[in-house]
This record gives sequence, C-alpha cells and structure tokens, in this order.
Amino acid sequence: MDSPAATTTKLLDLAAEHFGVDRAALRPTDDFFATLGIDSLQVLELLTKLEAHFSVELPDYELQGVTDFSTLAARIHDRLA
Amino acid sequence: MNWRLANGLLELELATRPCNEISTKALEQLESFLPSLKGARALVIHSTVEAGFCAGADLRELYTRGRNLESDERVARVRDFLMRIHRVLDTIDAAPIPTIAAVHGVCFGGGLELALACDMIVADQTARFAFPELRLGLIPGFGGIPRLRRDISNALVRDLLFTGRSLNARRAHEAGLISQVVKPGATRRAALGAAAQALKFDTRAVAACKAFAKPLVRDETRQEIEVFLELFEREAVQDALKRFVENDGPMPYLA
Repeated sequence: MDSPAATTTKLLDLAAEHFGVDRAALRPTDDFFATLGIDSLQVLELLTKLEAHFSVELPDYELQGVTDFSTLAARIHDRLA
Repeated sequence: MNWRLANGLLELELATRPCNEISTKALEQLESFLPSLKGARALVIHSTVEAGFCAGADLRELYTRGRNLESDERVARVRDFLMRIHRVLDTIDAAPIPTIAAVHGVCFGGGLELALACDMIVADQTARFAFPELRLGLIPGFGGIPRLRRDISNALVRDLLFTGRSLNARRAHEAGLISQVVKPGATRRAALGAAAQALKFDTRAVAACKAFAKPLVRDETRQEIEVFLELFEREAVQDALKRFVENDGPMPYLA
C-alpha cells in the first residue's frame, strides 16, 4: 500500500487531470472546492474518479467537513486494504 | 422533457437543468407522456443534462410552495403530488413492454425511484445512486423502498437508506441494481441496443414474461405514502427543508 503522502500526490494528479487545472498550482493543504472551483455535483465526479482509481469505496459521509486535499487523501488511505 | 415514438420504440428524454428535478411541471409532463406508452413496444428513458439522470424531487419547490400554507393544506397538496407521481411510476412499472433507464451521473432520490420503476438500468461509469431522504427526516416517497428491496439485498438497502451515501456504478452493478455498465457517454446507445433486441421478440411473450418476472409492489408503495406524510408534516422536516434550500455551501446534500 502506498504511503499517505503518495496517496495525496496521486489525488492531486487525478484532480488536476480531471478538472483541467495546473497541477503545479495545487497544494495538499488547498481547499479543493475553492482551488478547483467545483460544486457538489462535481465533487461526486471526483469521488467516482477516486473510488475507481484507488479501488476503494468512499462513502459520502466520510467527506463531511473535509475541504482540503490532504485530509481527503487521509480518508482514502484509511479505507485502503 | 421530450418523447418520440418510432418503429415501436418510445424514447423519453429528460432535458431540464440543473438535473431534471421532479417539479410540478415535470410531473405534468410525465402525465402527458403516459398515453404514448400505449403505442410502444419498448421504452428507453435517458437524460441529455450533463449533471446526470435525475436529482430527484424538486425540494426547493416543495419547500417554497408549502411554507406559507396551513398544515392541512400543505399535507393535502403533497398527498396529491405523491398520488400523481405514484400513478406515473406504477404505469411505467407495469407497462407490458421492456422499459430501460439509461443512467449517467446523478441518480438520486426520486431519480432513482424513476429508474427503479424500469425493468433494467443501464449505466455508465459516472453514475451514482443514492437515497438521501433520511438526511431531511423523510423516507423516499415515490415508491423507492419497495422497489429497491425488490431488486437488491436488504443489507445494502438499509445501508443506503440509513447512511444516505451514494453508490458508484461498479458497486451498483455488483449489487444487481444495474444490469449493464458502459463507458461514459454510451448509456443511450447501450439502452437502445437492448431495446432493439427486445423489439424482435413476440409482444405477447414479452408481456407474459414481464408479468411473471417482475412482481409489482403497489400495496407497499401505498403504505409508503402514508408513512411519508406522517413524517413530512413534522417541524423538524420543514426546518431541514429550509436549511437545504437556503444552503449555499458546496455540498448541501452532506449538510
């Protein structure tokens, strides 16, 4: 299993690719709503992308209160086998 | 919302932004659509809206139209809406022809209930399915629980209801909620392919097969209306609807 830092890096790669933003501009501590400029429906797109990539099920309620990439990566990491 | 019938195939196209919310106007359109079923030998329902298939009932309308009414009047109006949408979904459910929902993106609440009324759900990899009603202190009101229970295991039914979480297409496929998964953007074509195949079969045999293979759940859906209305009129639900409608945060459905 990858380290939490590797999960964060991959998450940033996927988010940049999916939403067409400059990867170099993304930081783990960024608020992903603000940085990516996405709404609730687009968060679901990101969730689907992340579940497929990491082969993990990430229930929506695990995202409650999560706004930054590193915390989101930690939630994913916690669910990886 | 548009529909067209050609060579026995009826296509219902959902085309209202942001995500085909089921408002009073949408209900009226669905009621106008129903007579077209009589001339059809297969039905495909799909959405041309990017966000998805359908995000469910129009909660903004539900709240704003009811907030200044007396309790009895508010409940009477919701009961009327529920009876009418149940008639629409029951008619689709029992139509003696193959019915296919082609789903992408959001398929939540009343949207999932519309899809569940169909015989088959074909979905692409972007699809997500959820019943978020308990977040508002409600249960699904358009026949959702009986129809979900008809198709998948009770363990997952309870998980989806009690957490309100959304299920991706892969898990929904594993669970038997959907029967085919295709690449993004390919749902309509896949559904039309399945419908074209079904159109080759003898109509009487198809009708007999459907009556035998798909149990109807009307008694349970009638009970569901009463449970929904009992829950709906509580102050906590009105407060939750108000919070949802007034929430301008990025993820109101998680509030």
